[in-house]
Amino acid sequence: MSEIFSVTVLVGILASAIRLATPYLYAAIGESFAQTSGVVNLGVEGIMLVGAFAGFYVALFTGNLWLGLLAAVIAGILMGLLMSFISVTLRAEQGISGIGLFMFGLGLSSLLFKTTIGTVKTIVGFPPLKIPVLGDIPIPLAWWLLDKTTLGLKTKAVGQNPAAADSLGVSVLRNRYFNVCLGAALAGVAGASLSLSLVNLFQENLTAGMGFIAVALVYFGGWRPLGILAGALLFSTVNAIQLWVQVLGIGIPADIAVMLPYLLTIVALAVTANRARQPAALNKPFERGEN
Amino acid sequence: MPSTPPSTIQRRITSVEMCDIVKRFPGVLANDRVCFDVRAGEVHALLGENGAGKSTLMRQLYGMYQPDAGEILIDGQRVEFHSPADAIRSGIGMIHQHFMLVPTLTVAENIALGLPSSRGPVLDLDKVSARVQELSAAYRLKVESDAYVWQLSVGEQQRVEILKALYRGASFIILDEPTAVLTPQEVDDLFATLKHMVSEGHGLVFISHKLNEVMAISDRVTVLRDGCMAGTIPGREATRDILVSMMVGREVKPLAPQPLQAGAARLKIEGLRAQGDRGTEALRGVDIEVHAGEIVGLAGVSGNGQRELAQCLAGLRKVTTGTITIDGKDLTHTELKAHIEAGLAYVPEERMRDGAIRDFSVEENVFLHDHAAPAYTHAGIFLDFRKMAAHATDLVKQFSVKTPSLDTPIKNLSGGNIQKLILARELSRKPKILIAAQPTRGVDIGASEYIHQRLLEQRATGTAILLISEDLDEIRSLSDRIAVIYEGHIIGIVQRGEATVEEIGLMMAGVSATHG
Ligand SMILES: Nc1ncnc2c1ncn2[C@@H]1O[C@H](COP(=O)(O)OP(=O)(O)OP(=O)(O)O)[C@@H](O)[C@H]1O
Ligand SMILES: [Mg+2]
Repeated sequence: MSEIFSVTVLVGILASAIRLATPYLYAAIGESFAQTSGVVNLGVEGIMLVGAFAGFYVALFTGNLWLGLLAAVIAGILMGLLMSFISVTLRAEQGISGIGLFMFGLGLSSLLFKTTIGTVKTIVGFPPLKIPVLGDIPIPLAWWLLDKTTLGLKTKAVGQNPAAADSLGVSVLRNRYFNVCLGAALAGVAGASLSLSLVNLFQENLTAGMGFIAVALVYFGGWRPLGILAGALLFSTVNAIQLWVQVLGIGIPADIAVMLPYLLTIVALAVTANRARQPAALNKPFERGEN
Repeated sequence: MPSTPPSTIQRRITSVEMCDIVKRFPGVLANDRVCFDVRAGEVHALLGENGAGKSTLMRQLYGMYQPDAGEILIDGQRVEFHSPADAIRSGIGMIHQHFMLVPTLTVAENIALGLPSSRGPVLDLDKVSARVQELSAAYRLKVESDAYVWQLSVGEQQRVEILKALYRGASFIILDEPTAVLTPQEVDDLFATLKHMVSEGHGLVFISHKLNEVMAISDRVTVLRDGCMAGTIPGREATRDILVSMMVGREVKPLAPQPLQAGAARLKIEGLRAQGDRGTEALRGVDIEVHAGEIVGLAGVSGNGQRELAQCLAGLRKVTTGTITIDGKDLTHTELKAHIEAGLAYVPEERMRDGAIRDFSVEENVFLHDHAAPAYTHAGIFLDFRKMAAHATDLVKQFSVKTPSLDTPIKNLSGGNIQKLILARELSRKPKILIAAQPTRGVDIGASEYIHQRLLEQRATGTAILLISEDLDEIRSLSDRIAVIYEGHIIGIVQRGEATVEEIGLMMAGVSATHG
């Protein structure tokens, strides 16, 4: 039992934690943009799958990882456009639209996988991130964008009081499209970080719920980039411990170990539930001229 | 012209004309061939009952709606505004009936919102703040530019709204009921600012239900009735009687309530303490008794604990210490439902947030409490839609709520009509105790009179009424006793007619009365 506290194991856990945090972080930061502008996008999971597939497919057939990454971004943006059209232009209920997008992404990626690649193949992906979290990852950029730019100001206003933003000539529609698509592009990257770097393969339902956890992390992090970073790290650390527990064969049934991260999500959300920062117009379609 | 800093006006407009404007909403003809014009350097007041179409007309000038017919001319040139951005570019600004501010952002951020920055994509809030300070000095609009908007009083928020328009170099500014939420002192300050703006060559549109304000500040007055023009007259010819008859088409007399023999104490509040939203103590030992058949007016500058007191009484806020007794029953720590069952009705100050569900229809909003009452159900299980519709129709008619149908979502009603509907709902429940917070804020003069009458009728049936209002005229004309609240406690209680406006005003500012 004391094995788990040995230095090698701890370093191992830390290293895997940081590696594992990447997809969560990209997806959650992306989702936080959409939510800050007032759109809950529950379709992140589906977008990640489509991104993971597109990235893997292009990388596999061109042999160019960067082209793969580009494909993942484009696929993400297309999914984002779909989500925006349904929930912003048509003003459909966001939760339902998001679930629909998830199922669409799941189905589409599976179908394309079966008809084009067929069997599980691997590629030589990007080397795992060398620099620990902060450098490579979008946290400082997200913080800067939200807090220091005119775009960030518009985004926050559109998510808090779209009527006020509209009355000053800010286009609520355009801002929400932009943020949903930016979020979706990042979700595409998150997917590609799995298929092009972490596991270097694609299979059906590769993400297995990571996109939903990313949505939870946005709430956990209180819509702030640093909070989301903390959440993603906490989550991936528990995940890493769980993997090591299985590897080391410590006497906990594997099923229970696998459950740990999800259990943690629920507990963490319940404990940190702080809606004070929640964008006031979250989940509310905007229509000009209502009282 | 006074020797003040250079004018803010960027693009000077000399006249704005709206000709034969027609605007329809589903089931409503909100503007029917309305003509309206404003010149630089004048205040043009727009008057009319709730739902007459004032806000709608002005929202078209501000690019929020597009007219179905008619045209808008600026300096004689025809313009078409597709969004507020177009109107702002042409030099038009609007201060909306419901504030358009983002509470979680600072004053400077609210003002800079949507404007290009001198540093490209990066915000330049320091520059914005500096300019805001200049403007606020020039126009005597005191605000702190790095305060968060949620920290500001209503009056300060109003000033931010005006600064927003000035900052954008607006030459024409529309003020949609700017005084509805202000204290008398704040109204005076606002008028000083408006006069200064006019002297600089701004053109202003001023909407209000308070006729004395309209008469005090307007160069011209246009009255709308049911979406149509009732006429335009010069400000100096406007008298109360003329305006009322143009607006309502009949006479409206101020009320003179008869004194009543007050009964036993129905509502007893003793030593009540409670916390405000920001964790500070909002109520610091409130003692009031309201008797059956009595109206107690609670006067005070907003933010001195009125809202928290009303919420405690309604069972919506936790009481720290002290007691609330209704008809001898202790209701200090009980929930809303127990209060409703004890016969308490509550007309909240923030009607849209606390009094109604915006996406629900008029009828559904009538039945927010009583949907399970035996009278409106079959066997206590299924809703009896026929009876519900009948009751809702009845209320809408009695209180002359202007709505196209019972199925219209309440958010599409005009501000004053929402208020009438909520009041109708609460009074129809025949309450023993009524807490009415700002019941006539934003309500037109005819309807105010009607609401006042209903409050007095309610009092005659033995209801104990706590009337919370910032409108001193309202408090003084209706209340049997006036309690003044200051910083969370009652600083004085006077009998009707015992204190002058000045004395009450002093108490509102925290100076205790020497007598009483
Ligand atoms: N967005 C909308 N959709 C449908 N109907 C609307 C909408 N906005 C206003 N109306 C209707 O148009 C009419 C005019 O409303 P408007 O808000 O212009 O009145 P108002 O004169 O400003 O009244 P108040 O003094 O109460 O503010 C009302 O009958 C209202 O119900
Ligand atoms: Mg109005």
